[in-house]
Formats: sequence, structure tokens, C-alpha cells
Amino acid sequence: MTALAKLFRATAFKLTLAILGLSALGAGLVLGIVAWQVIKLVDEETKQTIEAEANGLAEQYELGGVRRLDSAIEARSREPGSTLYLLTNSAGEPLAGNISQLPPGVLDHVGFVDTTYEATDASTAGRRALARIFALPGGFHLLVGHDLSDRARIGAVMVRALATSLIFLAGLAALGALFVARRVLRRIDAMNSSARAIMAGDLSQRLPVSGSGDELDRLALGLNEMLARIADLMMGLREVSDNIAHDLRTPLTRLRNHVEEALRQDADPSAYRAALERTIEESDGLIRIFDALLMIARAEAGADRAGMSAFDVGGVVTGVTELYEPVAEEKGFEMTVAVSPGLTMTGNRELIGQAIANLIDNALKYGAANLGRGGRVHVVARREGSQIVIEVADHGSGISNADRQRVFDRFVRLEGARSRPGSGLGLSLAAAVARLHGGTVRLEDNAPGLKVVVTLPARDPALAPPPAQAQAAE
Amino acid sequence: MRILIIEDDRDAAAYLVKALREAGHSVDHAADGVSGYDLAHEGGYEVAVVDRMLPKMDGLSLISALRAQKNETPVLILSALGQVDDRVKGLRAGGDDYLAKPYAFSELLARVEALARRRPKGAPEETVYRLGDLMLDRLSHKVTRAGEEITLQPREFRLLEYLMQNAGKVVTRTMLLEHVWDYHFDPQTNVIDVHVSRLRAKIDRDFDAPLLHTVRGAGYMIRDGAR
Repeated sequence: MTALAKLFRATAFKLTLAILGLSALGAGLVLGIVAWQVIKLVDEETKQTIEAEANGLAEQYELGGVRRLDSAIEARSREPGSTLYLLTNSAGEPLAGNISQLPPGVLDHVGFVDTTYEATDASTAGRRALARIFALPGGFHLLVGHDLSDRARIGAVMVRALATSLIFLAGLAALGALFVARRVLRRIDAMNSSARAIMAGDLSQRLPVSGSGDELDRLALGLNEMLARIADLMMGLREVSDNIAHDLRTPLTRLRNHVEEALRQDADPSAYRAALERTIEESDGLIRIFDALLMIARAEAGADRAGMSAFDVGGVVTGVTELYEPVAEEKGFEMTVAVSPGLTMTGNRELIGQAIANLIDNALKYGAANLGRGGRVHVVARREGSQIVIEVADHGSGISNADRQRVFDRFVRLEGARSRPGSGLGLSLAAAVARLHGGTVRLEDNAPGLKVVVTLPARDPALAPPPAQAQAAE
Repeated sequence: MRILIIEDDRDAAAYLVKALREAGHSVDHAADGVSGYDLAHEGGYEVAVVDRMLPKMDGLSLISALRAQKNETPVLILSALGQVDDRVKGLRAGGDDYLAKPYAFSELLARVEALARRRPKGAPEETVYRLGDLMLDRLSHKVTRAGEEITLQPREFRLLEYLMQNAGKVVTRTMLLEHVWDYHFDPQTNVIDVHVSRLRAKIDRDFDAPLLHTVRGAGYMIRDGAR
């Protein structure tokens, strides 16, 4: 597309055309009203002049009849000026005056009349005049009039003024359009080239912002925020895939080493069997890590939102706690649970169950007093306003303030925990599940120990009445 | 038992056919949805194992079509999508059980056998399970062994009930978690083992012949060793 074609297609250009049209209309209207007023004034004055002239002639007529009037008109007609006279007899023949020709029948219209005429000096033809016609006794007609060329001239001046101002207006508008369009187009072109650079893979690029705070700037700022968010997500994704590569590589290497080692030795069938069983165990571990990562990714992408329904969180907390109770007892823990009734929320029961299981599992793994054996784990589920709060508290060594944010990252395992089985994904998954449901997970000091607090939005009965209510009302 | 396998992956199918035959079953295989539907529609299979992603007709459509034809062959859905939603979708389409790939063959075998044992619709339900001298009354929630009453927690009762329902067959840990606790997530720890050993302590400890056995690499089985 050529630069000119681009200019003509630009919004700024179209806008300028519209403005030009409107201002031309405005100018025409103003000039038209002025012209109309001026012409009205001129007509008014002309009528007064005709009136005065007629009065003078009426005096002459009273003094000496038609003869006196005739000579007065003869005398006045010879004076220079634009006053017109005509006296005719009953046959319609001109007796005196400076008009040689009139359209037929004009003299029959007694009173003011706007007509064309021809003067006796024949200098001009087809001029216009405003005239007053008088009928005198004896069939005589008298016309006193005034030439209207002044009025026509004023009209012409007005038209010329309008045309001139329109030319200037058009020039100004074209200049403005050129300026605005070039300015806007240049900025849009700059934005376009930035966008292309970003599409080409340079996510650090941003759209230019002029600093004027106009619509284009606001658009660029909005798009830049979006780009920042995308860059964040991409970074997170890259980090995750790096972590996955690293954390799956380690167990994969271990698995491969074990198999190779078993192959190298001339072992008896039972040793081969043991090696194979171990291989299966390790691949199962890999699958679990993979499933957990997938679950986190899906929860973070909000992919499981469709499968949500109303369920009793209290029941899930009680159920999961009961599921772990024998394990807790075996490990020497005393596990207590306090669940308030009526904790209904909308969500994915399986994911919430998995999150609670992860937290209890963590408490039983790391919550032993002095990393020894046994301890106390307290699980609470209650309602706080519009929130459901689930707490899993232990009396272990806790997590230091510095590490409390870090442990939510995938695969992060603190010192002292690395030697134990686990993937470092439990808290990440719990946090992702909470986020999916519009909630949070935070870590608090249980003095001593760790208290994990999960906050989830409760189902508001006013917003979505459960169908059970209708049945209960029957 | 006659089993139909509908799976397009040649290796996976060959492995399944071989392993199920070794387990003593008669196995037919179809490599796409349409031929699979035709075989299943002819009937005569006790269980069908259906992969979700199939050429020509996907697994879920195949199951829906079978159910629409009033074909009630129990179906185990195999899927590479192991997520909660996919499971729900599969069961809603008319599947009877769902197993995510990759799976342990012991898990698949246990589930296939559990499906085949399903009581036909309308058949009266047993109210008392007996196994050797162990008796479980589902109505009065009473358990006795050799006439002695054994007190069980409600969850232990349901655990034993499920095991006895599948007496003589392997029941895996995930099957127990699904049927006794109604959870489908990964419990991280050997929680089920601890529950089972508690139950075992109550029903087996004071008696000579153990009934509740651990099947290595697979799960648990309750059977009367004397028979």
C-alpha cells in the first residue's frame, strides 16, 4: 500500500472530512443569515425612500394635477440616481419617467411590487427594482421605484465570502488531517513493528508509549501489561519444564543404572526378579510425579473448573483424616480432628481431597517432634464469614520464615526432608488446588511446629440455592 | 472368561492379549472402534476393555452406542488421560470402570475380573457373606468367626464387605480406596496397607488359618485356605 493510499484509509482522514463538511455547513448558515438580514434592511430602506419620493410627488399632484406631476417627474428623472419613475395615461402609454419597458400587467398591481424593468437610457437590460404603483384618477398610473442592484451586489459579496472562507477552511482541514493522520499513523506503525518483533519471539519488547496519556497510550499500556503477564507465564512454564526435565532425569537415570547393573552381573533369576521389581517400583514413582505435575498444571490452567459441584468439605476433611488415622497411629502420632457442620462449597471434591491428603501426609512425614517419632496433628475445618478455613497443624520443627514462600514452588524440598520419600510437589499441588477454587494456602507458626491454613470460598446459599432446598420445602 | 480388547496400539494390545491369555482367559482383539463395536455388539463377552482414543469411532461413542443398543457388557475404559474429569466423563458415557495408562497389569486383571463377577441386574443381593468360618451379615452389620463375634469399626466393616464380595480374587489398593472410601486420588502413603493390617489383626490373629492374604505386587485377596 502506498503512503497516500494509507493516508486516505486512515481514520484521522475520514474524521477530518467530516469536520470539514460540518464547518462548511456552519459557515454557510452564518453567512446566509447575515445576508438575509442585510437584504431585509436594504429592502426596508428602499421602501422608505420610495415612500418619501411618492409623498413629494403627491404634493406636486395636489398643487397642479397630472400636468404638474408630469413635469416634476421629467425633472427628477433627469437627476442621477437610482430612483425610478413612470407615469402612464389611461391607454397605458408612458407620459414621463425613466423606465422604457416593464413586464405587462405590472402597473395593475397597486402597491409594492418586485419587478424587472428597462431604463430609458438603455444602459442596462433586465434589471430588478422594487416599486410602488399608484392609480390616479382618470386612468393614470404612477410608478415610483428603486433599483435593486445594490441588493444583488450584497448577495454576490456574501456568496464570494462564503466561497473564499470555504477554500480557506478546506485548506486548514486538509493540513490538520495530514498532521493528525501522519502523527497517528506513525505511532500505529511503530506499535505494529513492535508487535511483529514480539511475534518473532522477542517477548522482552514492549509497545511504544508516547507519554501523552491519550487513547493510543492507554491501549499500548494495556497491551504492555498483557505482554508482561504472558512473559511471566512463559517464564513459569519454562521453569516448570526445566524442573520437570531435571527431576524426571534424576529418577530416570537411577532406574537406568539399576537395570544396567542387573544386566552386567551374571545373577541368578531371583536377583533379576528383584531388579525388575525395583524397576517397576521406580517407574511407578515417576508416573506419580508425572500425574502430580499434570494435576498442578491443569489446576493452574483452570481446566478442571467444569467438573465442579457442591459438596460438603467437612465430610471430605473427616474422611481423609480417618483414612490417615491408622498410619498416624502407626507412626506414633495422636491425630485429632474438629469439623464444624454445614461446610458446603462448590468445587472439585477429588482435588480438594487430594490437597487435604497432601497436607496430612506432610504433617505425618515432617511434623514429628524434633524429627523423631510421633507427635500431635490437629486438623480443623470451620467457617469464617464467607470462607471455609481448613487447618492442619503439627508440633514438628516447622518451616522457617525465610523458606515459607519457597516451599510452595514445585520440587522444592527443604534440608532434612530430602532423605525421605516424597516429590516436593505436595504443597504446590495444594496451593494450585486452592487457587483453582479461588482460595489460598498460607503457612503459620504453630509455636512450635507448622500450621498450614487453607482458605476456600464457601458456597453462598443466596447466590446458588441447592436444589435440595426446594425438595425440603415440599 | 471371554474378554474383548479394543485397542489400536499394536504393542499394547499384543501385550494385553498375551498377559490375559496367560491368566487363563479367552481374548479377542479389535484394532479400531467400528470393528470393536461390531464384535461387542455380537455379544458373548463377559468384559470389554476399551481404549478411549480409537480410530474410526472413539471409545466413549462406542460405549454409548452399545448402551443405546441395550448391550450391558461390563466395560473397562483405558485412557492416557488420567484426570478426574476424564474419569467422570468415561463413567457417564456408560463405562463401568476406568483405568489410566500406564497401568500395572495386576491392576487391570483385578479390575477386569471384578467387573466380570458383577451380579446381573435384578438378581437378588446376598445379605450374608460366608467364607470358611467367617461370616458377615450385611443387614445386622455383624461379623463372626467360628461363632465368635468380632467388633469392627464402620470402615473396617465396609473393607471386609468389599473383600468378601470379591472373595477368591485379587483386590488392589486403588480398588479399595475407590470402593471403600470413594476417593480416586493418590494417597501418597501406604494408608490402605495399614487399614488392611488392622482388619487382619481382628479377623485372623486369633485363628489358625489366615483368610486375608497379601498378593505381592498386586493387592489383597480374601480366600478360604482350607478349600
